[in-house]
This record gives sequence, C-alpha cells and structure tokens, in this order.
Amino acid sequence: MNAPLPHSGISPITEDSWQELASHTVARIALGRVGSSLPTRETLRFALAHAQARDAVHTPLDLSALSAALQDLQLPSLQVRSAAASRAAYLQRPDQGRRLHPDSRANLLAAGVEPCDVLFVIGDGLSARAVASHALPLLAATLPLLQQQGLRVGPVVLAAEARVALADEVGECLQAAMVVMLIGERPGLSSPDSLGVYLTSAPRVGCMDSQRNCISNVRPQGLPYPLAAYKLAWLIRAGRGSGTGVALKDGSAAEQGWLDLQNRLVAATAQAG
Amino acid sequence: MSYAITIGPRRYRFDDLKTLLARATPLRSGDQLAGIAASSAEERVAAQMCLADVPLLTFLNELLIPYEEDEVSRLIIDSHDAHAFAPIRHLTVGGLRDWLLSDAASSHTLAAVAPGLTPEMVSAVSKLMRNQDLVWVASKCRVITRFRNTQGLPGHMGVRLQPNHPTDDARGIAAAMLDGLLYGAGDAMIGINPASDSPETIHTMLALMDEVRQRYAIPTQSCVLTHVTSTLELIRRGAPVDLVFQSIAGTEKANSGFGINLAVLAEAQQAAQQLGRGTVGDNVMYFETGQGSALSANAHWGVDQQSCEVRAYAVARHFSPLLVNTVVGFIGPEYLYNGKQIIRAGLEDHFCGKLLGLPMGCDICYTNHAEADQDDMDSLLTLLGTAGIHFIIGVPGADDIMLGYQSTSFHDALYLRQLLGLKRAPEFEDWLESMAITRAGKLQAQDRQQALLQLMETFR
Repeated sequence: MNAPLPHSGISPITEDSWQELASHTVARIALGRVGSSLPTRETLRFALAHAQARDAVHTPLDLSALSAALQDLQLPSLQVRSAAASRAAYLQRPDQGRRLHPDSRANLLAAGVEPCDVLFVIGDGLSARAVASHALPLLAATLPLLQQQGLRVGPVVLAAEARVALADEVGECLQAAMVVMLIGERPGLSSPDSLGVYLTSAPRVGCMDSQRNCISNVRPQGLPYPLAAYKLAWLIRAGRGSGTGVALKDGSAAEQGWLDLQNRLVAATAQAG
Repeated sequence: MSYAITIGPRRYRFDDLKTLLARATPLRSGDQLAGIAASSAEERVAAQMCLADVPLLTFLNELLIPYEEDEVSRLIIDSHDAHAFAPIRHLTVGGLRDWLLSDAASSHTLAAVAPGLTPEMVSAVSKLMRNQDLVWVASKCRVITRFRNTQGLPGHMGVRLQPNHPTDDARGIAAAMLDGLLYGAGDAMIGINPASDSPETIHTMLALMDEVRQRYAIPTQSCVLTHVTSTLELIRRGAPVDLVFQSIAGTEKANSGFGINLAVLAEAQQAAQQLGRGTVGDNVMYFETGQGSALSANAHWGVDQQSCEVRAYAVARHFSPLLVNTVVGFIGPEYLYNGKQIIRAGLEDHFCGKLLGLPMGCDICYTNHAEADQDDMDSLLTLLGTAGIHFIIGVPGADDIMLGYQSTSFHDALYLRQLLGLKRAPEFEDWLESMAITRAGKLQAQDRQQALLQLMETFR
C-alpha cells in the first residue's frame, strides 16, 4: 500500500550508451532494459515483426505473374507443383515437397526440352515474398555471366510448394548437367524476404545435401544481386569440373572481380547516401 | 525379438526394439512423418508399459542399427564401459527411471554410471519420464568443461554470444558482439554462424574475434561455425582457431549427409588440441545436434527421432566437447510441430545429454513456420534453467538476422540469472567486474567512457 509511486518524468528504463552502434547492423542491439527485461516498446516491436513473419509464411506465390515477367525477359518457363497438396501438407510433409506431383513429372518428361548445362528452378519455399522480389533480378544478373562461359541454359521451371530437393527431380527429368534452385528461405523477423540459392551437379532423385553448394540471404540488404550472381557463376564454373558439394570450397571472394564489384557497390551506396 | 502387452481386450505387439521405442515416444510430428509413431494414445502408453519391463541388458544385445553397417553403432558398443554399467546392469528401463529419481542416484553416482549407459538406454528411460522427471534428474548431473574458462560448475550457466550478420560484415558483427559483452554474455563462447563458406571470409572473422579477445584479455573462446573440413584447412593456414564446430547426427549415413565421419572429427580434434590455445583445459570441440536431422537426411533406419538424437550424443561424447548444443526448434514444424513438442524435446535432449556426461546446452528456439512463440520459449528457458542447463544462446533481441529464427536474448539470460541466481563462468565473471560491466554479478549502466566501446574506433 505504501510503496512509492513512480515519479512522472523519471523513466525506469536503463538506456544503452552505445545506441550509435545500431547504425552498423539491423540486429536488435542497444535495446535498453527495465531491470533485466525488455522495455515495453521493444517487446511490442518484436511481437509485430513475428506477426508479420507468420503472415508471410502463409501467403501463396503468384506463378502466373512470374511466368509473365519471364516472358518479358524472353525466357520460356514451365510450371510444376510438388506432391504436397496444400500449404498445410507442405509444412508437415517435406518428403512431399521434395517430389514432383505425378502430373507435373509427366508434363516435364513430355515437354521435349533439350538437355542443358544449367537449369534454373524457382520455388516458393517458405517465403513467396522473397521469390517474388528477388528471383528475377538475380536471374537477370546471372545469365550474362553464364553466356560468357558459353553455357546452355534450359527453360526456367517455376515450382509451387517446393523444397530444395525438388530441383533434383526436375533436373533429372530435363537432363540438366547442373540445377540451380532459387527458393524462399524461412522468414526471419528482420528478413522476411531472404532468397536462398542451391547448386547441384548431376541432379537426380536422392541427392544428399552434402552434394550441394548454397548461397544464402540474397536480397539488397543481404547479399546484393551482382555479388550473388558473381558467386553463383563462380561456383558453376568450378562445379562443372569437380562436381558440387562440401568438397567444393567457394573461392569467389578472393578474386579481383569480386573485390571490384564490392567496391563499386560501396561507392554506389555512398553516392546514394 | 518382438514385444507384446495386453490391455483389456486389446493385445499390442511390437515387432522389434526400435518399433517399441518409436511407439513409446511422446507425440511429435517427425515420428508421424516417418510413419513410426503410435497410432493411438492407448498404443503409446501400452508401448511405454512394455518398454518399462525391458531389461537394460537387451540394449547391448539388440541393436537398433546393425553393428556391421553403422560406425555409430560400433562406437556405442565398442566404447561401452561394462565396469561402470555393473551397478545398474540388473535393472529394467522402468527400474532405471525409479533409480534415477531416487536419492541413491547422487551427482557423483550418476557421473560414475554415465560411461555404462548407452544412448538407447537413455532414450528409452526418457520416454517413461514426465517433464518434471527430466528436469529433476538432469539437475543432479554435473559436467564440467574447460578451455579458457571453467563451465558447468554448480549454480552456473553460460551464454554463447551469437553475433551473426547476414553478410558477415565486420562492423555489424563487432557491434552485436559489443552489445552482448556489455550485457554480460559470452562466457560459453563467442560463436558466429557465417553466411559465407568462403575460407577467406571465415579467416577474417576468426581474426576479428581473436583480436578483440586479446585486446581486452577476455577469458573466453571463439568459433566460426563452418564445416569441419574447412576448419581443418584454416588450421593449416594458421588461422586462430579455438574451437572446432560440427553438426553431428546419430547414424553413419546421416553424418555422411553432413559430409563427415568419426575419422575426420578425430583429425580435427587432434589438430585443434595441437594448437594448444586453451589456457585451463583442452575441450576443443563444439557440436550442434537436433531431433529430426537423421530423418531429414533419410538416414534414420526406422528409428524414432529422439533415439537418433541421443545416438548423436555418443558421437559427441567420444570427442570430449567443451559444449554441445541441441538446436531444438530450428528444424521446423515437420519434426516438432508446436510449443509443446519443442519444450518436451528440449527437456529430453538436455536430460539425455547430461545423463551421458555431456556439457549440454540448448538453443531454445523456434522458426516462424512453427506453431510457437515467445511464451513457449520463456517456459522452456525457465524449465531448463531449473534443470541446470550448461549454456544457452544469446542473440541480440532474440532475433537472429542471419539464420532467420528466434532464439534467446541477452535479456533472457539476465532474467534467468536474476530469477535463479545463476552465475557466469568464474574467470569471465571476474573479467566483467574488472571492466566494470557488472558489480557483484549485477549489470551496471555504462557511460560512453567504457573501454570496450573504443573498439568501434577500429572500424571507422
């Protein structure tokens, strides 16, 4: 009854003296504390981000819009779906998301596609938002680099309710020497739109994850398109010789071309700022 | 050998030991995905009743995965300590539960028995235990490990500072690292999950952490969580490697999916120990595990995901790790569907690891496609704190911006410390006091003169 009431104007929040460090990262640093706990403003900011990420998981990918956009780029595309019949099934049955629906498989086999060196599959994964935002810009940045290598690129396959390994079956059906899966990574609170890239040589049903190379977090605030494209083209060139997988170590960042690109991006950012 | 039990008008038959274990497992989506879960609630309890009567000796004779075909099975059998097993060899699984809960099973006795327990025995008994049993018995287990500080002392808990950044940006990592240190986190280690697997990038991050550690004489250890073969290569190049990280699983085939085997782990352990960088001990390995990894790699042999997980602890145990981390909710809802399943699995993993003698920590976490939220994490955090968890994860604001999932925050660790009186590793606690970050263990407000903040000048 006699506990002192808080004085108006005196905050119980201990603010952190290093708030300026927050300009170096989007991580939730220098949040301050009340006792040992989060201040009200931070606990609500977090709850909102979680709510938005939850909503992102359940938004479907618009395959027709993607297909039309590819057509504008003069890129033919094919649409497939996995064996998962719904989003709910997709979330609980990854095995179904890794295999083609029998109809899709039959369509691919009957499509009369020529064998190719590199095949791109674009799958929704866990963030349709990532795919809708970043798959085409990354593709557009990568294709010229593959042309320089003289590689034959197959039609783009758009896949609904897709897991990474779905590309193995797609690549096998279309006789691709290598397959690249562009897929929505599971959304984080600060990155609901992160695109993952998985490269697999000699794709076939049953490939293991150790046979792939991965480039993660492709998005302007993460790994920007030109760098991701450079890395992917590097891995494709290296992987064509030795095969992909844990034995193939990404050496792209040691190259002059990478450093030049990075410097150019930094300069562009500085100019924009 | 088959197992059977009659309940009222129904007779339940289980073809072999692994089927019995799978049916006896508390409900989780991964076992349903694998098609090995009990098909009714009654069948589950029937299996548990049946399992309670299985003698522990059975687990030495009836292997879940054939000895000839799996090096983890061979490791389990070949390293079994019959002498340590002697005091409990007469027990059944149900009898083991009773014994574990009794006063006879003291911290000292439990440590002595640990080498006589196989993962399958431990997995089996956990299936008969309620959450409070898992908490209580784990709280009696003591496992102490050392590298540059001492971890696992009674009444202590560590925090792995996890300053990840989506592009491995040095300034971003340093900012998060400072935030964590100023919140009193980082005694278990400072460990970065890199976005890149490029050796050059990883070398840079290792050098950054080592420079900070040396500049401020921080008694902790660092790690970049890259593939063991990359770490071996970095050691050859002279990079400052404290701890060797690797994800491990409980079957040879699943480990092969990770691109590893026991031989390469042994090679890495030896290489890191030869660097002699530990000051108070040479526990150089850091392992991560998680229920569902074997099934995810299609390498589970029809064994339930929790038993596969505990078999991974046999792999870990062989290499005397500094820390083992079950990343419990990271794998997703297809393996652990919701908060209830994640909480149960976290308590099981911690109990099973501790009983086998491991320095068991937990990444108390969930993803945005799981049916879970912060309230579930608060529950698991509090339970594991009372169970004597070796260490937890500290991520700024619980939001890992690189891996895209929610873990525990620096604030969460402070909450647990003040609630349960848990201390940091003593060498690290002394350092925090010397830096005036804490006083008598309690976090102090910092002004801009704090010496650690000068670090950022390096990056301007």
